[in-house]
Amino acid sequence: MDAFIHQVLAGLATGGIYASVALALVMIYQATHLVNFAQGELAMFCTYLAWSLINAGCPYWPAFVLTVVFAFVLGVVIERVVIRPVENSPVLAVVVVFIALLVILNSITGWIYSYTIKTFPSPFPAEPLFGNKYMSSHEIGAMGVTLMVLLLVYAFFRFTPLGLAMRAAAQNPVSARLVGIRVGWMLALGWGLAAAIGAVAGMMVAPIVFLDPNMMGGILLYAFAAALVGGVDNPGGAVLGGFLVGVLENVLGAFVIGNELKLAVALVLIIGVLVVKPTGFFGKVHVTRV
Amino acid sequence: MAALLDVSGLQAAYGSTRVLHGIDFALEEGSITALLGANGAGKTTTLRALCAMVQTAGEIRFDGARIDGRATEDIVRLGIAHVPDGRGTFVNLSTEENLHLGAYVRRDKRAVEQDFERIYSYFPRLKERRAQQAGTLSGGEQQMLAVSRALMLRPRLLLLDEPSFGLAPLIVREIFEIMRAINRSERVSILLVEQNAAMALDLADRAYVIETGRVVLAGTADSIRQDEAVRRSYLGY
Repeated sequence: MDAFIHQVLAGLATGGIYASVALALVMIYQATHLVNFAQGELAMFCTYLAWSLINAGCPYWPAFVLTVVFAFVLGVVIERVVIRPVENSPVLAVVVVFIALLVILNSITGWIYSYTIKTFPSPFPAEPLFGNKYMSSHEIGAMGVTLMVLLLVYAFFRFTPLGLAMRAAAQNPVSARLVGIRVGWMLALGWGLAAAIGAVAGMMVAPIVFLDPNMMGGILLYAFAAALVGGVDNPGGAVLGGFLVGVLENVLGAFVIGNELKLAVALVLIIGVLVVKPTGFFGKVHVTRV
Repeated sequence: MAALLDVSGLQAAYGSTRVLHGIDFALEEGSITALLGANGAGKTTTLRALCAMVQTAGEIRFDGARIDGRATEDIVRLGIAHVPDGRGTFVNLSTEENLHLGAYVRRDKRAVEQDFERIYSYFPRLKERRAQQAGTLSGGEQQMLAVSRALMLRPRLLLLDEPSFGLAPLIVREIFEIMRAINRSERVSILLVEQNAAMALDLADRAYVIETGRVVLAGTADSIRQDEAVRRSYLGY
C-alpha cells in the first residue's frame, strides 16, 4: 500500500510537469489551431540556459527568474520572426516550420553543450520535507511551483484586461481587431507565455530526468496525451489530463507493465482518445459547415 | 463645413472579385446617414472597406485625415466603432466581458465604469444578463450587446451593419429608438446599412442608394423616400 501511495504521489509530481507543457500546447492550439511540436525543445533549450547561469555562479532562484524572462522573450521573437511569415500558409507549411524549430533547437543545444547527460540542481533540500516517507522534497517543491504557475496563468487570463484581450483574439480575431486589439501581438504574447511555462516545466523536471538535448521528447509525448485526454481546446482539461497521465504512467509502470514500457502508455492514450473520443473528456465538439 | 467622413472613388475586392467600383459619399458630423440597396449591392463591403477589413483602393478621409491604408486596430483608435455583419459577438465570453472589450483601447477607467451604467440604462436586459455567456443570449439581446460593445468605445462614428437582421419588429424599433437617442444626446454620428429601407429612412437624415458597387442615388432621407424607383424597389408601395 505504501508503495502504491508513493507511486501515485510521484505521479502527481511529474503530472504537474506534463500539465504545464500540455497547457503551453493548448494555449498555442487555441490561438492557431496548430500543435507546436517545438514546445518541448524550447523548454529544453531554456533549461540549458539555466544550467549555464547556475554553473557560472548565479544562485538558483535568480537564474530561474532570468531563464523564465529569457524564455518569454525567445517565444515572442520566434513568433514574430519565424511563425509570422507563414501565418497564412497552409497547415503543412506551419507544421514543417515547427519541426524545423524542433530539430534546430535540439542540434544547437547538442552543438553548444554536447550530448553527454548532465545533472541539474534542485532548489529543494535533499532530505524529505517534514520527515514524510512518500515524496522527496523535490517532488513536493516541483508540484508547488507548477501549481503556482498554473494558478498565475489562470488568474492572468481570468482577471486582467490583457488576458481578456488574448482570449478574445484567440476566439474571434476579426471582432478582436474591431475593438482595437492588436491580434498579431496577442499571438506573440501567447508564444512568450507558453515558452515561459515550458521553461519552468523544464527546470522542474531536469533534476528528475537529467539534462540532455533529448530530455523533453518523452515529456512532450506525455503532454500531447494529457492535452488530448483533457480536450485539446480546454486549458483546464489539459491540466487535469496532465495529472491523470502522470499518475497513470507511474502506477502502470511500477505495477503492471514495467518501467521500459511507460512511454507506451502515452501512445496508447493518444491513439485510444483519438479513436474513441477525439474531443477528449472535457473538449467541445466542433461542427463545421461546408 | 467639412464632412466627418468623406469617401471618394472607393473600390474594394475579395481576391480578384471586385465588389465596389468607385463609391463616393460623405457623412456630416452628428448626422445619421443610411446606405440602402439590395442583397449583394456592396453595402456590407463598404463598411468593411472603411475599417480596412478588405483590400481597398480610393480615398477615405475621417475628420480630414486619410485613413485608407491604415490597420483596422488603428482606425478603431480614431473613434470608429463597427457593429459588423453577424454581430461579431465573443460567444464564449460573458456579456460583461464583451462590454469590457468594447472599451479595450480606452484608458479613462472611471469614465468606462460610468459608461457601463449608461449602457445598462439603455438596455436593462443586458444588466440582467451580464454574467451570462454571450452566445446564450437571444438574437435581440445579442444585437443590443453588439451595439453596446461599440458604444463602449465612445465612438465619434458608429458603423451599423443591418441592426434589424433576423429580429422581431418590436425589438428593431427599440434598438432604432435608442440609436436616435444616442445620436441626439451624445452627437455620435451613425452610418447605417439596412435592407429595411422604410425604417432606415425614418431614422436617417441622408441616404445613398447603392447598386452593384456604385452609388446610384443620393439625397436627404425625405427626397429619397419620394423617389419613384426607390419606392417601387425598396419600399414596396
